[in-house]
Amino acid sequence: MEAEKVDEIIDRHPAKQEVLIQLLLDMQNEFNWIPKQAILRINERLQIPLSQIYRVASFYKAMSLTPRGKHIVNVCLGTACHVRGGPRIMDKVEESLKIKAGKTTQDMKFTLERVNCLGCCALGPVIVVDKDYYGNVTTAKVKEILESYD
Amino acid sequence: MARINSNTELEELRQEILSKRDQNKPRIAVCAGTGCLASGAAKVIAALKEEIKKQGLNADVDIKETGCPGFCERGPIMVIYPEEICYLQVKPDDIPEIISETIKERKVIDRLLYTDPTTGEKVTHESEIPFYKNQKRLLIGTNINIDPKSIEDYLAIGGYRALAKALFDMTPEQVLEEVKRANLRGRGGGGFPAAKKWETTRNVPREPKYVIVNADEGDPGAFMDRAVLEGNPHSVLEGLVISAYTIGSHEGFIYVRQEYPLAVENVDIAIKQAEEYGFLGQNILGSGFDFIVNVHRGAGAFVSGESSALMTAIEGKVGEPRPKYIRTAVSGIWERPSNLNNVETLANVPLIINNGAEWFTSIGTEGSKGTKIFSLVGKVNNTGLVEVPMGMSLREIIYNIGGGIPGDKKFKAVQTGGPSGGVIPEQYLDTPVDFDELTKLGSMMGSGGMIVMDEDTCVVDVARYFVDFLCDESCGKCIPCREGLKHMREVLNNIVEGKGNEGDIELLEELSRLMTKASLCALGTSAANPVSTTIRYFGDEYQAHIKESKCPALVCKELVSYYIEPSKCQACMICLRNCPVEAISGGKNQIHVIDQAKCIKCGVCFDACPTRFGAVIKISGEPVPASLPEKERSLVRGKK
Ligand SMILES: Cc1cc2nc3c(=O)[nH]c(=O)nc-3n(C[C@H](O)[C@H](O)[C@H](O)COP(=O)(O)O)c2cc1C
Ligand code: SF4
Ligand code: FES
Repeated sequence: MEAEKVDEIIDRHPAKQEVLIQLLLDMQNEFNWIPKQAILRINERLQIPLSQIYRVASFYKAMSLTPRGKHIVNVCLGTACHVRGGPRIMDKVEESLKIKAGKTTQDMKFTLERVNCLGCCALGPVIVVDKDYYGNVTTAKVKEILESYD
Repeated sequence: MARINSNTELEELRQEILSKRDQNKPRIAVCAGTGCLASGAAKVIAALKEEIKKQGLNADVDIKETGCPGFCERGPIMVIYPEEICYLQVKPDDIPEIISETIKERKVIDRLLYTDPTTGEKVTHESEIPFYKNQKRLLIGTNINIDPKSIEDYLAIGGYRALAKALFDMTPEQVLEEVKRANLRGRGGGGFPAAKKWETTRNVPREPKYVIVNADEGDPGAFMDRAVLEGNPHSVLEGLVISAYTIGSHEGFIYVRQEYPLAVENVDIAIKQAEEYGFLGQNILGSGFDFIVNVHRGAGAFVSGESSALMTAIEGKVGEPRPKYIRTAVSGIWERPSNLNNVETLANVPLIINNGAEWFTSIGTEGSKGTKIFSLVGKVNNTGLVEVPMGMSLREIIYNIGGGIPGDKKFKAVQTGGPSGGVIPEQYLDTPVDFDELTKLGSMMGSGGMIVMDEDTCVVDVARYFVDFLCDESCGKCIPCREGLKHMREVLNNIVEGKGNEGDIELLEELSRLMTKASLCALGTSAANPVSTTIRYFGDEYQAHIKESKCPALVCKELVSYYIEPSKCQACMICLRNCPVEAISGGKNQIHVIDQAKCIKCGVCFDACPTRFGAVIKISGEPVPASLPEKERSLVRGKK
């Protein structure tokens, strides 16, 4: 992680405490997680207490305090996907990757997340790997989808 | 672009834009909203651009990438103007034909049209498709005509005319009066009269005042706000500036969830354009009124959509609710008077200013005026966004617009209002949908999620689903909600796993009462609705789970066993190969058998068995028949 990048992100925002959430989101988008150095730097530059930064970073689902895998697998368990069999897709993905939702595979290849509605319920059940959407997923298709990522 | 400095300049610009547009020039609109993009719209658009270039038609055809018109089920959607030919499920391979046939020869390609499932007839025009025909699309109907990234497109359909009218022809008091007479109620869930809230904020003698758009859309199964903001961001901005003018606010926020990246992008662009043209910033349209907008991305917390929580989040702190002895309208962001409105609420404002309160109140029911957008999803043929006048019955929405239930399944219930709403059974299908009627049934309008369930949906499982969702999302600040939900989840988990006890239903009811009375914010006070309505309308289904360990809808994993009907098995070996735990034995010409002890109930065999055989069945509440003895398993095939 480059210290410069962290500074560059901090510089994008006015130096006020109220930017904290936006700042952390930008860090998350840049590094795929929020590294400790970034938090220390925010604390130093904006004078926001560490406890407050950690509290915000641990409250929101979009922020991760641990490194995440190369590919992010999002399984939708929003209501529409739920009634169309989303939970069984989740079971299958968990079984294939041998991790539970919220975790990352040991080889750092995949992080599995559950999301609540991606706004394309017509295609449910939906899974999204990185930026690729897959609709009307069946348990039989899961393996094939995951295997297409390296 | 030079800033516009008066109403006259605005109208001149509009005329200039319109005069440059040839209404007879072929225009191909393709939905580039999240739903259609997910079903491949980006590839269709790329193919379209390439083909047009290849055929040297760049100057003769316009392509428009638009927001969501609602019929997500059949995406990618394309509408060709001026004829308004609507093509559905368009693939990149269809493009050359569309160009050479429809664009060049003006011939319609039947294969890509909508087919009426009952009559088998083809429907050519968008507005004649039953899904659209039965709607009243005041807000999302224009989406297909505008590229959300183009302010000129919005101006071409009369955009910012309402703002100019408010600024130049009306006093803030008159705007307030108009919105009050229109009886515009908040679309974010509560149905609170917008003008009343505006008035409160306006009258607080404290500066500065803030106005905020709530685009958090946390309901897990709803996406109307996404479609409006993504597809027509300027309409929301226009409504926001009008509300600011009325209230006397000079700074606003748009709180939008970052899970909607396209909405964030389009809003950012829209704000820049509006600033450039003079619809935002200092001295708007030369009227002397100043107003700026900031975008705040929400970071994924349902509870942060609640008004006081949302305002705390805008301050950069953890978005948790606070007690509202003093309302946010009086003391919100940085303890300043702050007005919060939902996306759809604000999108209605320009319509009201342009067309007047009489027009608006001519649509809808006694207590609920105008239209409402619903996201119609679940077990329904035409999934998508539907906008209907308030008061249309659930039956009309689900059957006339939604096209009924897929397959030959039976309707069971519809869930409205998301995690705070309830389940409505068949006997109430003729209820007119408005704020008050739904509340009477123990459900609510909520933000507009409408999830249709058929006989294969287990209502206990649905109740558990919502409780589980809310349990994760409860901020934990107050005990009734935090502990009540946890306790409910435990009881419901036991019930769906067949470990329910006598008295569980009474316990759930007691917890419901407690949470409803004693929770701090509306997340907690409404959290029991999914549970209490399912108990009210489907009590026998709870009883079946508890007393007979039976899931009548065959959903709850622990209560279902998979079994291969020997008489139907054709020994195709598909299930056997797919079973992840080798629980199926069989072979060529050997009837397959599931070893119940090994089976993990993943259901893969049920999905895998070819539908023409349908040999794998689910059993619940009764013992699984004993397996065939080994020597009787040879398959005897009938002579063809
Ligand atoms: C837990 C919780 C979540 C909410 N989420 C949203 C939301 O995502 N969008 C929204 O517009 N309103 C949401 N609301 C309602 C808001 O608190 C508020 O009533 C609404 O935004 C006001 O706008 P309106 O009067 O225009 O409806 C939520 C309320 C609660 C209690
Ligand atoms: S009701 Fe629930 S979400 Fe609302 S403040 Fe209490 S614990 Fe938090
Ligand atoms: S519920 Fe999965 S996309 Fe909406």
